[in-house]
Amino acid sequence: MTLNTQRLVPSSGANGKEPCGAVLICGAGIAGIQASLDLAESGFKVYLLEPSLAIGGKMAMLDKTFPTGDCAMCIISPKLVAVGRNENIEIITLAEVEKISGEAGNFEVVIRQRPRYVDSSRCNACGDCAEACPVTLPSEFDRGLGGRKAIFRPYPQAIPNVFGIVKSERRAPCKAACPAGVNVQGYVALLAKGKIKEAYDVIRERCPLPAVCGRICQHPCETRCNRKDLDEPVSARDLKRFAADYVYAHREEIQDVPPQPAAPQKEKVAVIGGGPAGLTAAVDLRMLGYAVTVFDANPLLGGMLRYGIPRYRLPADVLDHEIQYLLDMGIEAKTSTRLTDPAKLLKSSAAADGNGSEHGEFNAVFAAVGAWLSGKLGIPGEDAKDVWPGLKFLHEVNTGARPTIGPNVLVIGGGDVAMDAARCARRLPGVKSVHLACLERREEMPAHSWEATEALEEGVIFHTSIGPTKILTENEKVTGVAFRACTRVFDEAGKFAPRFDDAQVSALAADTVIVTIGQGVDAAALAPVATGPGGRILADRETLATNVSGIFAGGDGVLGPVSLVDAMAHGHRAAQAIHRYLRGETQPANAPATSTSEEKLAPNPQPDAKPEPRRPMPQAAVGERLAGFREIDLGYSQEEAIAEARRCLSCGLCSECRLCEKACKPGAICHDMAEKTRTLQVGAVLLTPGFEEFDATKRGEFGYGFAPNVVTNVQFERILSASGPTAGHVVRPSDGKTPKRLAFIQCVGSRDTGCDNDYCSSVCCMAATKEAILAKEHEPDLDITIFFLDLRAFGKDFDRYCERAKSQLGVRYIRSFISRTYEMPGTKNLRVVYANDAVQQVEEEFDMVVLSLGLEPSGSVQEQAERLGVVLNRWGFSETSELCPLDTSRPGIFVGGAFQEPKDIPDTVMQASAAAARAMTLLAPARGTCVRTKTYPPERDVTDEPPRVGVFVCHCGSNIASVVDVRAVVERTRELPYVAFADHNLYTCADDTQNLIKDTIAAYRLNRVIVASCTPRTHEPIFRDTLRDAGLNPYLLEMANIRDQCSWVHSQNPQEATAKAIDLVRMAVSRVARSVPLVDETAPVRGGALVVGGGVAGMTAALAMADQGFPVHLVEKQRALGGTAREIHTTLDGQDVGAFLDQTIARVTDNPRITVHLGSRVAKVDGHVGSFTSRLLCDGDGAGTEIKHGVIVVATGATEQKPQTYGYGSDARVLTQLELSGRIGRDDLDLPTNATVVMIQCVEQRNQERPYCSRVCCTTAVKNALLLRARFPAARIMVLYRDMRTYGFRETAYRRAREEGVLFVRYEPERPPQLDLDGHLRLRLYEPAVGRDLLVRPDLLVLAAPVVPRADRGELSELLRVPLNADGFFLEAHMKLRPVDFASEGLFLCGTAHAPKFISETISQANAVAGRAASILSREEIPVSSQIAWVDPDKCISCMTCVHVCPYMAPHVGLNNKAEVQGTVCMGCGSCTSDCPARAITLRNYASTQIVAAIDGLLTGRAQEPDLEPVFPEQVGVAQPRWHVSQPAPAKGTP
Amino acid sequence: MRLQYPGNVRVLRFPCTGKIEPNYILTAFERGVDGVMVAGCLEGGCHFLEGNLRARRRIERVRQLLDEIGIEPERLEMFNLSSAEGPRFAAIATEMSQRVARLGPSPLRVKRHKVEAGIQQMREEGEAGLRGEAG
Repeated sequence: MTLNTQRLVPSSGANGKEPCGAVLICGAGIAGIQASLDLAESGFKVYLLEPSLAIGGKMAMLDKTFPTGDCAMCIISPKLVAVGRNENIEIITLAEVEKISGEAGNFEVVIRQRPRYVDSSRCNACGDCAEACPVTLPSEFDRGLGGRKAIFRPYPQAIPNVFGIVKSERRAPCKAACPAGVNVQGYVALLAKGKIKEAYDVIRERCPLPAVCGRICQHPCETRCNRKDLDEPVSARDLKRFAADYVYAHREEIQDVPPQPAAPQKEKVAVIGGGPAGLTAAVDLRMLGYAVTVFDANPLLGGMLRYGIPRYRLPADVLDHEIQYLLDMGIEAKTSTRLTDPAKLLKSSAAADGNGSEHGEFNAVFAAVGAWLSGKLGIPGEDAKDVWPGLKFLHEVNTGARPTIGPNVLVIGGGDVAMDAARCARRLPGVKSVHLACLERREEMPAHSWEATEALEEGVIFHTSIGPTKILTENEKVTGVAFRACTRVFDEAGKFAPRFDDAQVSALAADTVIVTIGQGVDAAALAPVATGPGGRILADRETLATNVSGIFAGGDGVLGPVSLVDAMAHGHRAAQAIHRYLRGETQPANAPATSTSEEKLAPNPQPDAKPEPRRPMPQAAVGERLAGFREIDLGYSQEEAIAEARRCLSCGLCSECRLCEKACKPGAICHDMAEKTRTLQVGAVLLTPGFEEFDATKRGEFGYGFAPNVVTNVQFERILSASGPTAGHVVRPSDGKTPKRLAFIQCVGSRDTGCDNDYCSSVCCMAATKEAILAKEHEPDLDITIFFLDLRAFGKDFDRYCERAKSQLGVRYIRSFISRTYEMPGTKNLRVVYANDAVQQVEEEFDMVVLSLGLEPSGSVQEQAERLGVVLNRWGFSETSELCPLDTSRPGIFVGGAFQEPKDIPDTVMQASAAAARAMTLLAPARGTCVRTKTYPPERDVTDEPPRVGVFVCHCGSNIASVVDVRAVVERTRELPYVAFADHNLYTCADDTQNLIKDTIAAYRLNRVIVASCTPRTHEPIFRDTLRDAGLNPYLLEMANIRDQCSWVHSQNPQEATAKAIDLVRMAVSRVARSVPLVDETAPVRGGALVVGGGVAGMTAALAMADQGFPVHLVEKQRALGGTAREIHTTLDGQDVGAFLDQTIARVTDNPRITVHLGSRVAKVDGHVGSFTSRLLCDGDGAGTEIKHGVIVVATGATEQKPQTYGYGSDARVLTQLELSGRIGRDDLDLPTNATVVMIQCVEQRNQERPYCSRVCCTTAVKNALLLRARFPAARIMVLYRDMRTYGFRETAYRRAREEGVLFVRYEPERPPQLDLDGHLRLRLYEPAVGRDLLVRPDLLVLAAPVVPRADRGELSELLRVPLNADGFFLEAHMKLRPVDFASEGLFLCGTAHAPKFISETISQANAVAGRAASILSREEIPVSSQIAWVDPDKCISCMTCVHVCPYMAPHVGLNNKAEVQGTVCMGCGSCTSDCPARAITLRNYASTQIVAAIDGLLTGRAQEPDLEPVFPEQVGVAQPRWHVSQPAPAKGTP
Repeated sequence: MRLQYPGNVRVLRFPCTGKIEPNYILTAFERGVDGVMVAGCLEGGCHFLEGNLRARRRIERVRQLLDEIGIEPERLEMFNLSSAEGPRFAAIATEMSQRVARLGPSPLRVKRHKVEAGIQQMREEGEAGLRGEAG
């Protein structure tokens, strides 16, 4: 690959357009966060895209970080807050890139944002919604070990600090299956939480007859329930019944009032037929505001429910109650009214006018007349007296009339009506036997199998596969029925086409025959409405409109006999159609699809749920059943119902029960939010999507997925975390017990060709070591074993960390391949099978096993990358080259973090800053064009005013007010001195309340403000901003955290909580009265950068800054640029380093903004960030040059330490790896064709003297071995190593070397190879696999010599006052999150001066420096915090204590021999103030007077006005306030 | 996490435990608190590098001082914990609260009450004397 230098220079876009000063960053893990901050702080607008609900990525999940043991949350959380606060970073959650067009400098990006269902501007994260939410799902953040609600925040520190709902993209099967659209998952979820009335309300939204439906619904929801694949479906119908029955049975306690209809409409609607379809339409129309009249021919409403369904299935009182409820909603009923010609009801219609008949009073009619005609057999004898049509029989039974029938009954038919009729007959007095005959075989019978079973239980005798031919009569009395055999009922296509065998005949004796074969519609009554076959009304399938305008039809009358829920569905549809008709709206051509095809249904989100059979519905005993018509299903008890409801798997994720909506006081929740697309104009795109863990179930041999005590490393990280699912206790998932023996299995899904992940994931060795150390700290008795292949501790201080685990904590490291693990059935322990050093199979038992999973790019990222037009490598990571590690294949799109290659946090942070720098270079001309800075009104001078404190006490909805008596807090606060105003607000952080605060400040002339609400961590910046908007100094605000510290932690004790809240407010008032305005100052930035070191690091940093327009002085002590890279000729993937170097040197020398000082060194550095003054000394130039600059970059590099062992220096055949690289590159190697080349790794390193790894030697050995192999195919090449540390994609080269026959032999540090030098090189080495010594005679011996820091590092360290680590490398400010900064502001480092690293990593780090430095150099002045230390020169005794104490070297003794604190350097920790013996130092905003005042306010309660001393005397550079002597205290409460 | 802990704990915020001067602790005792707990970052995890280490030394000194003036040094304790250790904070607060309850009211508080009662008595006697004179 050749370098594209065009990519490296700033451009104004190929088409000559000015570039856009905004950058899109995809992925908001630590990489995206770092890049956003770097870009926003140096003048670019940032859109930060994140596919999940919150930023933070994987790092937020970690407990601690290696090797420092920092709490991950502690160090990332300030960054999260900083991103959230920055007004030039727009966080766009739940979003991904849809399309991109344009080119580098000017992209147009279309993004798709999924709905959050919560209005971010209204949500104040009080958490009431999650409290109310009935759905608990496995928490993704805890990797399934803990639970979360359907509405949630991934973790408490999440930014945006807003809740959200992630709904399944498909619908829950139960919900999708219900024709009436009942929210099944919703009411089941509510019942599971015991919220019965709420569940009932959810049912009522779509089901006007809950108790009826809960009894006789054919429950298509249960048929689709995902639970069926696990055990049995959830009893959704029985639960519906329970909810309704419970509410009806507790009428005294539970208010069950029908909802109020919408505003009245003037139109009237008539509904013909009071069955389920008619009633449903009537209710819907009534709710829409129409006046509705229901006509029914029967004396009571209910239709088939009342006259068709037997009472033992549906008791009359249930039906009566529910119908009365509907009538109470204002529906008029006209019963016993048989209508003919529905058109007559219409006010005006063509039909009515045409007939010239009278006009009705209705604007529309819904004909839901039902199907009441019983089908006829058409055989002789059917007209006999004792032959009953089924429906007539049921009608008689259900009206309570006891039909007179004989003792021997025969029912003909196999459907539900047949069963009903047979079972009713069984219950009638005088009936002795009931037989049932049907055409179908038992399994073909159309009746529900449970109903047939119950009929059999009740003694009905079935005769199947026979068809009646004649009803036998004697004296007009029925004596029996003759049958012939039925050989087939349905044809191949499943159509009804019976065939009979006339040869087989039989007869059944009976004195009564009930015929139940199909139902028809009485079409005669419906003229002029058109009807079709079977008398069915012809109505449009979608709109239900008939041929007569204004008349709609539905239910059985249209469809033939259908189930209750289908009839209700028709009712809903009719109501909508009639509403649209009356409102003059066009009917939709295609009504919303109610398809329930499998692919559209949500899958089971909890495939691992434990099987648990459904609760059986209690039934009356058969004997009791036959005694009468009492209901046979007895209903669930409350306990049974809740237990049954808990079986629900929550397939739709959110159940849409809308309880959150009710709980949310600010009204932030919106379940109807839709997906949005947006178009962004950006100049560059950064890809920082991070990684996914390998799917551990793909390596089933380790037991993950079925052995509960096999967990992943991410899960273990959550177990270790104090805020995790086990509160930081190391316990086994199976039994919650502390394990005694714990094993880590490394390389699961890494270095594994079997699953195509043949790269190394780079971080797992260290992560496992860290987790082992943490586990050991939690449980000192724990035995820990780490099974690994090579211990890849290649980073800064990593080897020391592993050594500590090994020798101090006794963690056992076993080098081996695990073949498998299996679970012991009783104990759930795991037996691990592995091969030991001697290649013998060993088995060992552990209580718990942790799998160290490999890092993979996620599938969705790959799709997105494709849309972005970025080329991926064969594993799906972004394709980059070693000399251009930040650029993707598409110009203007850059990459950072693990998406480029698996990497740890510091490397990720580094690369993120570097990618940001690449974007800055590209967009340099547009810097500052898209950002905005807020302007504030001028600040009011309050120094001469006596304190007038305003106190705003927050309810936080019910978060505070439900526990703390906020009124009492306000009352007590009003009594306090200086309080001029106090009140309470529902949400103090809401926009309107903030405006109220501003108005109150003006009206009451307040000059101090207390907000008693939540944590200052998230809200202090908000309220400080409010003060600034009101013209007050932001430091005149004080917060009292009465939510986190009172209502939340003392919720059980409201009195204590209130008392504490009063105390906290009193402390705050006392403190704020002594606060003074502080002025945020600025320091000017003068000049550009001073870069020390002219190697690849220094030159790259210099170019990256100069290309952004900053002047750079590059100082190199040698007479030429280039540094160590001169010896490296190619990279591992074969790129020409020499050419790259020449090109870079040329670009540096040609760049007008870079001044190169060759043969020079830095002699003196003065000043601080923004304005340093340095003196450079050039060889032979006595005076030197003085330069001014804003930042300093240390890029002095490192060097190879020449070995003193293995005959190096005394024998020409002994070389170092670097020398070999040079010789190969220069083609200066003279070897016999069959030469033996031996490489010894880890020479004079990873030992006592140099306990660190040089990182590059293993890969260099592999690279050189491969080069030698190519040049000398017959040579024998042998690498003697301790651990092959070819991390990342370098692993593939290692594999290739092995495949190409390079021998790799491991040695232990205790038994290193021995060299005899007696003219020949004779190397003796121990081969562990063979178990004996080998003797080799190399022609060339290559030593991996350590990389060591430059000899003059101490000098530079003292000159710049920056620290070195124990190994002599420069020490960064923070190992994890500030890898290129020094602790002192304005100083940066990169390259091997920081630690050994590859050229690609050096290039990244050097760019990162440019990204970080730009936040300083891009400004004319940098802000200096005002919350810093100040020395009172009158008190200072020049003892130098502060100078020694300060970790940042902020204080220095100035010209007047007194200490002074440099504002730009001070970080405001206050350490110096505590140690100053003269107490001459004050930390602004934390002055002792303020702190003591707070203590006084709390404890003496006598913080009265006369005690108030001049807080800040002449100190702090602020004029002495005069009010305390001259003015009386103000009157309270007067503006 | 909303973990419950005793309601007799009041929190004072500092930028770093390194800022806590002995004077503040002594003031608190003087004004009548029964115990003081100092909660700093984990050792090695100080945001300001070593403020918590300095604080620990300082707290030890104050403990000695308390001992010398007759206040049980157990009434003052420094703990190191991270921001993710809510349960530990609750446990420590509970432990400190129990410890203080075991120790009883601070002697300083008891004595101050006595002194104040004495002053009050003297004042009353004086006033009585004045009235006597007048009468």
